[in-house]
Amino acid sequence: MLTKRIIACLDVDGGRVVKGVQFENLRDAGDPAELAKAHSASGADEIVLLDISAAHERRATLLDTVRRAARQLFIPFTVGGGIRTLEDAAAVFSAGADKISINSAALADPSLITRIAERFGSQAVVVAIDAKSIGGAAQWESFTHGGRTAAGRDAIVWAREAESRGAGEILLTSMDRDGTGIGFDCELTRAVADAVRIPVIASGGAGGAQHFVEVFREGHADAALAASIFHYGFSRLVDLKQEIGSQGIPVRWPC
Amino acid sequence: MIAIVDYGAGNLVSVKKALDWLGQECAITSDPGQVATASKVLLPGVGHFASTAALACTGLQSAIADSIGRAIPFLGICVGMQWMFERSQESPETLGLGVLDGECERFPATVKSPHVGWNQLEVDGSSRLLRGVPSGSYVYFTHSFRAPVTGTTVACCEYGGRFSAAVERDHLFGVQFHPEKSGEIGLQMLGNFCAL
Repeated sequence: MLTKRIIACLDVDGGRVVKGVQFENLRDAGDPAELAKAHSASGADEIVLLDISAAHERRATLLDTVRRAARQLFIPFTVGGGIRTLEDAAAVFSAGADKISINSAALADPSLITRIAERFGSQAVVVAIDAKSIGGAAQWESFTHGGRTAAGRDAIVWAREAESRGAGEILLTSMDRDGTGIGFDCELTRAVADAVRIPVIASGGAGGAQHFVEVFREGHADAALAASIFHYGFSRLVDLKQEIGSQGIPVRWPC
Repeated sequence: MIAIVDYGAGNLVSVKKALDWLGQECAITSDPGQVATASKVLLPGVGHFASTAALACTGLQSAIADSIGRAIPFLGICVGMQWMFERSQESPETLGLGVLDGECERFPATVKSPHVGWNQLEVDGSSRLLRGVPSGSYVYFTHSFRAPVTGTTVACCEYGGRFSAAVERDHLFGVQFHPEKSGEIGLQMLGNFCAL
């Protein structure tokens, strides 16, 4: 049976992981390459590395980080943050990424989605949508630049457009839930997942195994991503997957 | 030397990386001459079946067909495997290599497409490529079209019906999933291919 994917996310600034995830026996807990490998060994189905560095001169650092992380990673590896052009994407793929994730640049110029998909295939293009609830109704707006700028686009409409332009997956982050640990936004996730045929990765709010079960069951998510959940009692992804699996959700097990 | 055939579709770095990790001498190449002298040929492929038309135009197809004729082991991955069949509904005007009988088809409307993620293999124990790979193993798929189950199928997968996850006949091998992205079990399959 096709399983629900549990994706580990590394937020990287200047070549270092900034939202710390606690692993034992790591020489350097801030090194993205070591953490990516540890997550993979621990049962992550996929690794996402998001570069949150603002400074442009850090691009060379990112490519070096991607190269080092990719060398020992044999599960799908997505890289996002600051990719603005086809050339940026090509450099990240050459460094060893399997997929790239784009947000601000895709909203500014949606044809970028198509151009990357035509060159590297739709399976390699993840469109990240940072969505925030507006006015209490079942409506969400897309944001860019790390959530600082409202894009003036309805998240569901934008997800549909991204799909039609060649996106292979949607990485959907609830800005209302991000960092809260109170659970994914199942309503948002379901609204987007039901509106497109491509897989939707839910992000933002994971605090425990039950939240994953809910977003798969009620949110219709195909995958769920988390960074800091390991602070909330799960030292190892493998324990989290076992708990999710025991509640009847198909997960890759044993990993 | 293992030739990783580059026909301009997609990203071949991951496959190269996996073979490097296994300590295999390999090269990404679009040169038919280099394919002709390779000890094994690996054809990755992502994206659209129509992109395989480049193989015929560049002379790579005849180099591959020639090497298959000399019993050189060949492994097609994803669209590379689909290309081993006669054709695909994705691009009816583009002919496959036709070394395997059948046509690749789209998923039924009852399931989401593309099929993306980790799914299980139902393995036929006689496969050389899948030696040591138990039934129930999870591998990573990402595709919108699929190959039918035929006499050459050595592993099936279930998603909106059964389809060929792996095919094998003599020195011809094909996998719909991505062994280079399927963790330890995928590396084992690539290792099996390299050891032929």
